[in-house]
Amino acid sequence: MSEITPEVIASHGFTEEEYDKVLDIMGRQPNMTELGIFSVMWSEHCSYKSSKKWLKTLPTEAPWVICGPGENAGIIDIGDGQAAIFKMESHNHPSYIEPYQGAATGVGGILRDVFTMGARPVANLNALRFGSPDHPKTRHLVSGVVAGVGGYGNCVGVPTVGGECEFHPSYNGNILVNAMTVGIADQDKIFYSAATGAGNPIVYVGSKTGRDGIHGATMASTEFSEDSDAKRPTVQVGDPFTEKLLIEACLELMQTDCIIGIQDMGAAGLTSSSFEMASKGGVGVELDLDKIPQREENMTAYEMMLSESQERMLMVLRPGTEARAEAIFKKWELDFSVCGELTNSGHMVLRHKGEIVADLPIDPLALASPEYDRPWVATPKPAALDIKSSPEPVDLMATLTQMMGSPALASKRWIWEQYDHMVMGDTLGHGRPGGDAALVRVHGTAKALAMTSDCTPRYCYADPVEGGRQAVAETWRNITATGATPLAITDNMNFGNPEKPEIMGQFVGCCEGMSEACLALDYPVVSGNVSLYNETNGEGIHPTPTIGGVGLIEDASKSVGIGFTGDNLDLILIGETRGHLGCSLYLELIENRTEGAPPPVDLVAERQNGDFVRSQILAGLVAACHDLSDGGALITVTEMALAGNRGARLHCSDQDLPLHAWSFGEDQARYLLATNTSETLIANASAAGVAAKVIGKTGGSNIEMDGVGSISIATLRQAHEDWMPTFMNG
Amino acid sequence: MKAAVIVFPGSNCDRDIQVSLRKAMGTEPLMVWHGDSSFADVDLIAVPGGFSYGDYLRAGAMAAKSPVMREIADRANKGVPVMGICNGFQILTESGLLPGALMRNAGLKYVCKDVHLRVEANDTPFTQNYSQGSVMRIPVAHHDGNYFADSNVLDELEAENRIAFKYTNVDGTESEDANPNGSQRHIAGILNKKRNVLGMMPHPERLADPDLGGTDGKPMFEGLVAALGS
Repeated sequence: MSEITPEVIASHGFTEEEYDKVLDIMGRQPNMTELGIFSVMWSEHCSYKSSKKWLKTLPTEAPWVICGPGENAGIIDIGDGQAAIFKMESHNHPSYIEPYQGAATGVGGILRDVFTMGARPVANLNALRFGSPDHPKTRHLVSGVVAGVGGYGNCVGVPTVGGECEFHPSYNGNILVNAMTVGIADQDKIFYSAATGAGNPIVYVGSKTGRDGIHGATMASTEFSEDSDAKRPTVQVGDPFTEKLLIEACLELMQTDCIIGIQDMGAAGLTSSSFEMASKGGVGVELDLDKIPQREENMTAYEMMLSESQERMLMVLRPGTEARAEAIFKKWELDFSVCGELTNSGHMVLRHKGEIVADLPIDPLALASPEYDRPWVATPKPAALDIKSSPEPVDLMATLTQMMGSPALASKRWIWEQYDHMVMGDTLGHGRPGGDAALVRVHGTAKALAMTSDCTPRYCYADPVEGGRQAVAETWRNITATGATPLAITDNMNFGNPEKPEIMGQFVGCCEGMSEACLALDYPVVSGNVSLYNETNGEGIHPTPTIGGVGLIEDASKSVGIGFTGDNLDLILIGETRGHLGCSLYLELIENRTEGAPPPVDLVAERQNGDFVRSQILAGLVAACHDLSDGGALITVTEMALAGNRGARLHCSDQDLPLHAWSFGEDQARYLLATNTSETLIANASAAGVAAKVIGKTGGSNIEMDGVGSISIATLRQAHEDWMPTFMNG
Repeated sequence: MKAAVIVFPGSNCDRDIQVSLRKAMGTEPLMVWHGDSSFADVDLIAVPGGFSYGDYLRAGAMAAKSPVMREIADRANKGVPVMGICNGFQILTESGLLPGALMRNAGLKYVCKDVHLRVEANDTPFTQNYSQGSVMRIPVAHHDGNYFADSNVLDELEAENRIAFKYTNVDGTESEDANPNGSQRHIAGILNKKRNVLGMMPHPERLADPDLGGTDGKPMFEGLVAALGS
């Protein structure tokens, strides 16, 4: 075995202080296998050492929360004895190095986090952020990531129903691939990871262990530099077919009473799964590494413990049920191996070829994992934009066309047509990709889940607190706009190097804003993931706390989509319009400026307006609904027109505001409704104290603004649909 | 009417077609595991979509060698209606029950979207509830749906009226744009000589429920029940 030199210690990512702690816990020098285990367990990726302090401040409770952060995924009550189980997780670093496999295994990993808890996965979403379209690597990365997400999700037969895709130069060297899975389980068939009962067998199932992905978790905990391509061997390779078999086999076994605890092998593979199971159950573990199914010859203990081979699970079974469990896995042609047992020792003991190759105390290692209070500085508040500095565009309709055809707002059909978004037969017609939130019926019931992911990194960069609030509020709005009640979120915190006080300040600020919004909207965090060190050559990404939201509608037939459903419907704008252009897409796209403060999020108004809109949808008064976000009111009208393939005539802007500020301002807490009962709706709004105003009517084949101009839906559609295919073919 | 749905490792539209058949028949179809070489007598056999054996080697190639396929071939020869959708179509061509092959899409990408199909042959139990020449909206979702056969086979299919569906525009006209995968002669579905085996790439089971955005697939299942007894 190699010698433990200072170089070896440093290459495992330990600081001097951390290594001293290792020596303390061990009472001796660790061997290589032990050192490797410490290294992955204490990596940023597994230990959350920089973020823990702040994650603890996020609200995680509500009466409908069954299980908050800390397990494989979060669980909420969706009635009738059923639960939704979901989480979002990043696969940023691997996807940059090897886009297809990086993205594919990101999907595979998050699926396992969900079905390991007893849920059948029913929907996938993904939030993708790439560098500038002009960057030479962008097209290659988009193409590989999208093919990887689709290649995996399509094969396992879980619909990919929603997500987002953005381009910005801050992601040139660090793309973001955040994958989310939502599953449904019976509340009396939920499985946790705690291992209990000394003497109980530990069972390994799924794919064989190979040398792929060794130290993936450590890679994900450092910055990139020019030689990052050399890290390609740390990217794992996915096998979605095996995953599909693993889902079916696990769910079949979960119908029996064989399982005591179960955990997938994700980052840091066998090490972190066995450690987490033992630590949660307060037991010791003895593993016989000769019993680990191996794909390659002569694998060392170090390699087996640190491999991140995919499609593997670890289970603790009730003694005597091994044969029954094995029969199920054999039927699905998967490896099944009793590879160890639980002990009372409180230690993890690994045997390999007749020798003890590692002996580590579990609790001291798990509990002593570092937690840092990293120094941070608050991001200075930006000055508000002076509206006088923004001249009105000469041709508003040409500006609209230009914006609809910009990378930020252009249709992402090129992406989602590569994803099977209908398999499993429960994706509602108006809940397919392209709307505010995806709608997937809970199989065999009248209920549906509404799901979305969102974040506006340009707001978070300008003002992390406001940006954090806004990201949470926007997902809440997306779900509300379908008629569903938002219930809980998963967060995927993507940031730069936390050792820099200004980056840590972004993290702290976003957490603060998110917390406020979660509390005000009764919308807690139930699961999440942190990805730090998204930096290349010292340049960090925009702070990107991606929020995945899940909501429920009891009667799916009452839900609405964004497309206009008929002519002569009144368009009602809900919420206050103040023409906020600071940090807006308009400013960025048309004036090439990223100035000003982001729009303030008034959480009381969010709650009030959203609850009102939902009540009107559920009362059957709304034909179509879309929240206002990127690009403002005129973009919203256009998106609804394109989705419904019919135009609109707007007769009302606001005399007090410049036309472009009314059209493209990004004031929050707003929705646009199409309705044929506008008098009732306006009266209801007035009774509820909600600002509501009729701004036009649907119909025709143009977007027309009285006294301003008109442009055909066909022209807008062409601009909107052409950008992405043209870019990808270029 | 009794129906069987064949389940391979990697099938993933088995439940979807089970639901459509159950709704049309009012009874539960039989789910048959691929390893079973015999199963009860049925009036219809459905080979569902998915990624049997992960599409490794070639889509449908390994499933075509499964024990259950010999039984299906025997029954098809005896006249039992067999429908293969998507991966099921690929399996039926790989096993020789239907001519030709499904190659990688011309665009080289997986494609999932609604397309329009024109009914070319309504004289079968699968298509009898559609009018000849009518156009329906049905989703496709595949990576390998580019139908290929040599020109003799294509001529024969046409001469014998064995093309069940073609990809068209919404108005029923043919064009390259309306063809999602580059299939020769815009073929979306074909029949065997006896007209009791249908293979099609589009998924009628995905639009047979108004909540899912359309019901153009429903007449296929209702037609089968009408033809084969309820």
